[in-house]
Amino acid sequence: MVAFAGFDMPIQYESILAESRAVRNSIGIFDVSHMGRFIIEGQDSRALLNWIHTASIGIDMPLFRARYGLICNEAGGIIDDAIVYKLADSKFLLVANAANSKKIFDWLQIWISSKYPHVQISDKTKELAMIAVQGPYAIEKVQQLLGVDLSSLKPFNIIETNILGSMGFIARTGYTGEDGVEIMPLASVAELLCETLVRDGAAPCGLGARDVLRLEAGLLLHGQDIDESTNPVEAGLKKFVDFTKDFCGSQNIQKPQIASNKYLIGFKTEGRSLVPRSHADILQNSEIIGHVTSGGYSPSLDTNIGLGYVQNRSVVHQEQIEIDVRGRKINATVVEIPFYKRKKP
Amino acid sequence: MPVPEDRLYSKEHEWALIQSDGSVIVGITDFAQHELGDVVYLELPSQGANVIQHQQMGEIESVKAVSEVFSPVSGVVLEVNTSAQDSPELVNSSPYEEGWLIKVQPSDEAELKSLLDAKDYVALTE
Repeated sequence: MVAFAGFDMPIQYESILAESRAVRNSIGIFDVSHMGRFIIEGQDSRALLNWIHTASIGIDMPLFRARYGLICNEAGGIIDDAIVYKLADSKFLLVANAANSKKIFDWLQIWISSKYPHVQISDKTKELAMIAVQGPYAIEKVQQLLGVDLSSLKPFNIIETNILGSMGFIARTGYTGEDGVEIMPLASVAELLCETLVRDGAAPCGLGARDVLRLEAGLLLHGQDIDESTNPVEAGLKKFVDFTKDFCGSQNIQKPQIASNKYLIGFKTEGRSLVPRSHADILQNSEIIGHVTSGGYSPSLDTNIGLGYVQNRSVVHQEQIEIDVRGRKINATVVEIPFYKRKKP
Repeated sequence: MPVPEDRLYSKEHEWALIQSDGSVIVGITDFAQHELGDVVYLELPSQGANVIQHQQMGEIESVKAVSEVFSPVSGVVLEVNTSAQDSPELVNSSPYEEGWLIKVQPSDEAELKSLLDAKDYVALTE
């Protein structure tokens, strides 16, 4: 167990690799109740979210849709990455990272008091739990156990439904690169939900497996791969930015055609080697060209993979680089992100 | 997993099993592999290298972190467990048998007296 954003979180239950494989091959569950959950409603709620979030939260955003994007400061630096779910015309759910939850709440308040007065925020982080059920059998299993029909719940959509006797949400989202849902039941039934899923064969998974899986899927971790010193273009996240609208930070985020002075790359090593981890230097021709932000062993690829930033130069796919692991240089190849893509059924 | 009584232990959680020919097989304990979590890479000394008691002889990379591994004896490396290098998960699944690390020809047998027996090692980890 480790302390994480005010919660005691398990790194692993049995084995990080066994838990990762369970999610890739069958089904695993993660208690992610530490993540911030806010209901944002009122006549200015949509405009507020459209201002603070980089994705398009336009009037035409379909009901029950979810959009991933960044919340940037005025300089364009990433305060957090967050998913906005539309629950009604003027009612949204915002899910933020645990460590940034307070900051995001305060950020919303700033804009409510200055520009968008008709908004009410309720913090549901304690009232609702959040259980991610991920893996190829996740949807089938959740349908069976909860008796809900998820056949019309498309990826990046949410439904409000009865979960073990009380109303909650089920969203077809996740942080693993696998199909699955994030269930937000009333906190009082969360334990029963988890026990039922585990008894039915779902592997309980900790933060370790969550990190392995998200890295394989090329999903960035705020506080490690992105932070307020990084903008969405540098982080390779421009597809999550609506450049046609004005939003907080938009003036300072370089448009896609302008080269940034640093940008994110993905790399992998050949076979097993010393493991390149965050802060290791990235080299080319013995010159330091950047540094690693996330790195580790990938069970799906059976080799080490990583993310990092290179500065003031372009690096193309298949180009050779080296990673300095405690003074020893490991050969690596620049590859496309994500490292792992699930096979579509 | 019970701590085998046929070998000696260091406070750094390595074991040393003395063979009939005087050589010593070295590995890490079940307690150590459990603390490390899934092992993904072993950096071990080469055959012919010298190792020194209680000094670093290599590194073990697990998914979680990298850890130093110390030699419980001084001497020359006779053999390296290449199976464990190819399949580092053996260190997790069989720390006392298939997941051994190196075989050493000890240079000073008196050193072995400073190691713990199974009972004292168990007490250390409780």
